[in-house]
Amino acid sequence: MAAEQAFTPIASRPPPQRHLGALAWMRSRLFDGPLNSALTVALLALLALALPPLLSWGLLHAVFGADNDACRAAYGSGACWGVVAEKGRLIVFGRYPYAEQWRPLLGCLLLVAVLVASGMRRFWNASLLLAWALALGGFYVLMRGDVFGLSSVETDRWGGLPLTLMLSAVSLAIAFPLAVLVALGRQSKLPAIRTLCVLYVELIRGVPLISVLFMASFVLPLFMPGGRMDVLLRVLIGMTLFAAAYLAEVIRGGLQAIPKGQVEAAQALGLSYWQMQRKIVLPQALRMVVPAIVNTFIGAFKDTSLVTIVSLYDLTGAVQLALGDADWRKFFLEGQLFAAAIYFVACFAMSRYSRWLEGHLNTGLKRS
Amino acid sequence: MVYQVLALLLLAAAVGYLLHNTLQNMRSRGIQSGFGFFLETAGFSIGETLLPFDSSESYAKAYAVGLSNTLRVAIVGIIGATLLGTLVGIGRLSRNVLVRGLCGAYVELFRNVPLLLQLFIWYFVLTELLPPVDDALHPLPGLWLSKNGLQFPVPLWAPGHWGTLAGLALGAAAAWAWGRAARARFHATGRRPPVVIPALLLLVAAMLLGWIAGGMPSGLDVPEKTAITVVDGGAVTPEYLTVLLGLAIYTAAYIAEIVRAGIQSVPYGQHEASAALGLSRAQALRLVQLPQALRVIIPPLTSQYLNLTKNSSLAVAVGYPDLVSIAATTLNQTGRALECIAVMMACYLTLSLLTSLFMNLYNRRARIRER
Repeated sequence: MAAEQAFTPIASRPPPQRHLGALAWMRSRLFDGPLNSALTVALLALLALALPPLLSWGLLHAVFGADNDACRAAYGSGACWGVVAEKGRLIVFGRYPYAEQWRPLLGCLLLVAVLVASGMRRFWNASLLLAWALALGGFYVLMRGDVFGLSSVETDRWGGLPLTLMLSAVSLAIAFPLAVLVALGRQSKLPAIRTLCVLYVELIRGVPLISVLFMASFVLPLFMPGGRMDVLLRVLIGMTLFAAAYLAEVIRGGLQAIPKGQVEAAQALGLSYWQMQRKIVLPQALRMVVPAIVNTFIGAFKDTSLVTIVSLYDLTGAVQLALGDADWRKFFLEGQLFAAAIYFVACFAMSRYSRWLEGHLNTGLKRS
Repeated sequence: MVYQVLALLLLAAAVGYLLHNTLQNMRSRGIQSGFGFFLETAGFSIGETLLPFDSSESYAKAYAVGLSNTLRVAIVGIIGATLLGTLVGIGRLSRNVLVRGLCGAYVELFRNVPLLLQLFIWYFVLTELLPPVDDALHPLPGLWLSKNGLQFPVPLWAPGHWGTLAGLALGAAAAWAWGRAARARFHATGRRPPVVIPALLLLVAAMLLGWIAGGMPSGLDVPEKTAITVVDGGAVTPEYLTVLLGLAIYTAAYIAEIVRAGIQSVPYGQHEASAALGLSRAQALRLVQLPQALRVIIPPLTSQYLNLTKNSSLAVAVGYPDLVSIAATTLNQTGRALECIAVMMACYLTLSLLTSLFMNLYNRRARIRER
């Protein structure tokens, strides 16, 4: 037997270098190969050309105070962000009476609070429905007034961000149950119901939203006894019918992804059609399409801007309205960029959330 | 069965109720119905038209002009959006961080702001910030850009151009024949002769020959700058430019995401396998990766094309005389809301159905053939 040898491990090797130096990083990310180098140089040149004038216009020579004379003096060389200070409230709240604008502000906060709460999985239960009902009711009371000593504000004075938020949230909330029914109807074995649902979805999806809005604002009043209807209500109905068709397709996607075995198992257990949908199919299907529903909401939020064309002043329309006066007309661009920034922040946040949700929601379903 | 009868009865009752109300309302307001008015004289003129239009022509003709204007902006927009979107989509997968970052910023920026607001911004830039026509920008020879729009050179029509067109047709036929021959040879021998470049060469050569045979007509209608304005040449209005730019740039952001997702959907193993088979990078891209990616890309791309066409209806907001704008004018003049909007919807619906039909045909060719 050989003499016992003590086990002496050799020194461990250093881990592979993960952090490249700045130069190596640049070489691997910006200058590998002639094509990439050329692209990098061209883009850098473009940035060098575009950024300094943009910076000087947007920051260095910009006027930040609500000073019309200073803005006029700087016109052409610097931006006039003062327009936001001067017209900001008009842009955000539209034609709502100036002294009462704490009400739309509160209403907005209410809606945003419920929206954010709806985004948290811990609140995904029946109480959310109640919260929505309360928030929408509270929003209406706040905005419309006429009770609790609040002065009355007609719906045609509503405008700006609250209108945008309300239209997109309410139209989607009402569209949702309708969309579930239509999606189920499209999968149904009953030919008459299936045909109706297919016709509805394809008809709406084949035409632009603006034509639906025109139809709602010109033709809907004719349908009503007496021929009168609130403008806001008309637009809301148009947007709801439009959103429902798109949402129905999203939900149908979820329904189609449910394995047939689930349905067969439910039938074998003796569940009725509605029991099966309510307890087995819909919970799974809806969970799968939550990210897509968020995307539909983003779409509805952006599409709300179209109500401008049928003369309601949502955020997009309020900008046109606010910058209509002769003194500030020249600084249209700044006001519109302000509104665009509001849209961007809201939509970007929601799309990030939707992407995050996609990663976290269906982790139980992935097997790999 | 019970459900169906119930649903139909419910629907019939609702429609009957609404119809009853409508008829009553129309009677009380003295609104007439029927589509006969479409043949009456329109009495308004249209700012820019592709088809000639005169205010003494009928409403139906005005609708046709509106539809042609919609198509004019939609088709050019689709081409532009596809080119830009494909570039940006590939750029988002680039190893170059600068390219990737800029392309990502582009997508996020333009996707998250409503198209209508973007159109308003473009319109302001094109009509307020550009110089007036007597001081027009001159970026390239023959191009003039000002508040009046873009003016550009167009070839003058000469009888000799029939030769060019005939050459083009012959060239197209020859290119097609070459493609067929190449395919037959590929099936017979397993070797794939080059297709794209010879076909393009055939096309261009035949066109050139036809042009030479036609006597080489080279008259160009180049816009000229005078002291106060720019005359001659082809021109597009700032309204058209606004809608075109807005639509193409907005839709390109969506197309970029579709292209990126399509390319990423092809498993990396496919790339490795084609490398192991000895295919060059270009061959692997063209023969292995692209056909598979296209299968994922085409259906959502179709719906983006449809979206672009439908979104062109926002042109009404900047005063471009598209279908919606004509329909709105007709509605204001005649008061026949239902008929005007219904015909407009029918036009869009037909466009949508035609586009999906063509894309479905293409999609059938591109799908996996299972053996």
